[in-house]
Amino acid sequence: MTPSRPTGSQRAAIERTGRSLRRRRVTNTIMLGIMYAAAGLATLPLVFILFHLVKEGASSLDLNFFTKMPRPVGESGGGMANAIAGTLVLVGTATAIGLPLGIGAGLYLAEQGSQRLASTVRFLSDILNGLPSIVMGIFAWQVLVRPVGHFSALAGGIALGVMMIPLVTRTTEEMIRLVPSSLREAALALGYARWRTSLSIVLRTAMPGIVTGALVAVARIAGETAPLIFTAFGNQFWSLSLDQPMSALPLQIFSYATSPFEEWHRLAWAGALVLLALVLVISLVARFATRSKHGGGHD
Amino acid sequence: MEGVAAPAVSGPSDAAGIEGSSTGDRIYRVVTFLCAVSIPLLLGFIALEIIIGAWPALSKFGFSFLTGSTWDVGAGEFGAAPMIYGTVVSSVLALLLATPFALGVAIFLSEFAPPWLRQPVAFLVDLLAAIPSVVYGLWGIFVLLPILRESVMPFLATTLGLGATPLFSGPAYGNSMLAAAIILAIMVLPYISAVSREVLMAVPRAQREAALALGATRWEMIRDAVVPYARSGIIGGIILGLGRALGETMAVTMLIGNRAELSASLFAPGYTLASVIANEFAEASTEFHTAALMACGAVLLGVTLLVNMLARWLVGRVGRDGR
Repeated sequence: MTPSRPTGSQRAAIERTGRSLRRRRVTNTIMLGIMYAAAGLATLPLVFILFHLVKEGASSLDLNFFTKMPRPVGESGGGMANAIAGTLVLVGTATAIGLPLGIGAGLYLAEQGSQRLASTVRFLSDILNGLPSIVMGIFAWQVLVRPVGHFSALAGGIALGVMMIPLVTRTTEEMIRLVPSSLREAALALGYARWRTSLSIVLRTAMPGIVTGALVAVARIAGETAPLIFTAFGNQFWSLSLDQPMSALPLQIFSYATSPFEEWHRLAWAGALVLLALVLVISLVARFATRSKHGGGHD
Repeated sequence: MEGVAAPAVSGPSDAAGIEGSSTGDRIYRVVTFLCAVSIPLLLGFIALEIIIGAWPALSKFGFSFLTGSTWDVGAGEFGAAPMIYGTVVSSVLALLLATPFALGVAIFLSEFAPPWLRQPVAFLVDLLAAIPSVVYGLWGIFVLLPILRESVMPFLATTLGLGATPLFSGPAYGNSMLAAAIILAIMVLPYISAVSREVLMAVPRAQREAALALGATRWEMIRDAVVPYARSGIIGGIILGLGRALGETMAVTMLIGNRAELSASLFAPGYTLASVIANEFAEASTEFHTAALMACGAVLLGVTLLVNMLARWLVGRVGRDGR
């Protein structure tokens, strides 16, 4: 430690030593207690939500839920097969758009490029990441639904894909920065071209981390509803065509939850349980994959 | 990709191989460059398209779009003031509710938590961010609203006697600004606490040791040495949370009541920029209605852009000073 003059805040601390030690200790204990309480209370909503989802949703989860189509109002039974399939298609489309673009941009940021451009792109990708998802929805509507004249799954997939780009870009960049430069130099010294070094040495080494980032991005977009309301729009029937409206779990949950029918509420809870399970499993896999890779330390 | 260029790289010392790879390098550089610039271009394209879509409404109503308080689809009259008011009030209230808890968690995790508790608590709080918005909305409709309607609202209005004040007056339906603010508070908490935790962790050890060496208690150390050092980053985290709250759509749409009226009461239903878009966009039938909703999107886009830029700048400042 280098000796330095006490700052204003340190001087304030010195002055306070004159005051009653006991009062300060009491304050200390109270504040520590408040911190513990805050941490405890902050985890309560999660516990509550999980509890209610399991309580309300689990009883409705059977084979029918996964294999049957939604039924009209008044008929009991039915499932969300088309919504589950639709979610997978939409997430797949979004990944096909967001992943290559994100990885490419991440490679550029980490491996080359002028500092000026790189830091601009980095900043703007954080900004893009912070934009509300409904804004992506009206953008996709304006570009793909209005000109075509009807709702389509492709528009929904693109709205979600745009949301993936900044997430994938930033994790790719970070993971590539972790690759030791000795690996890179070794490959170059063996006469590998730069592009081959980047793709088959650096990218491959960083791949587990990039996969993690991609999973986190998928977990985030899989539950998105707002950008789909007027792009993929939802569909009561079985459809896997990208050119047509398509159902998705979040959309189905939304319309069932806001409907006045008991039977649909039941299905909404079951759908929410499935959606949350999907999202949490993906997040958990991503989390534990990284942890084992980096030996549990700070990466 | 490897397969395509494989013949060119026949050997490390091969002249043709080197030449071939320099073409490869050029392609590689151009492709990754295009990916990188796609981000700024995309951002510009999004802003441009939304402004184009909103133009009919913006040019017709002009500034009065922001100040007008009548949103009448049938009459073709669109003023977004109730939505702007609802967005700001629900978000700010959410921050007021969430910030103390989020800071408590962040300080707890960075300063006090025993190692065996640190990971699980951080993990549980992070999981809150992974829950989809629509699931919050569902939970809000069937669990939060009944609790508010039957217990919290009567308690605030009658037991505490706050019903006489304009803030807590009116019938307790449940669907309200208050409900939206509570759900938003739960949703933004993980973002604020994650950023705060990171900036608190970035405070140098010497800062803490110096305070303790001067005889400060742990609370005094936090208040006088740690938090002031991380202040701009913490504020950045809170503003980042604000950005999330402003644009949050589904849970708010499901809980706020969706009525375009200005009311001082937190018990009254409201509307936000995001939820009016979510509710009306798919059914908008006239050109002006669509354009007015697009204009709401444009306002939301502009505000969240500014808020995010400010947040990034503040958080970035701590990172730079700390290193």
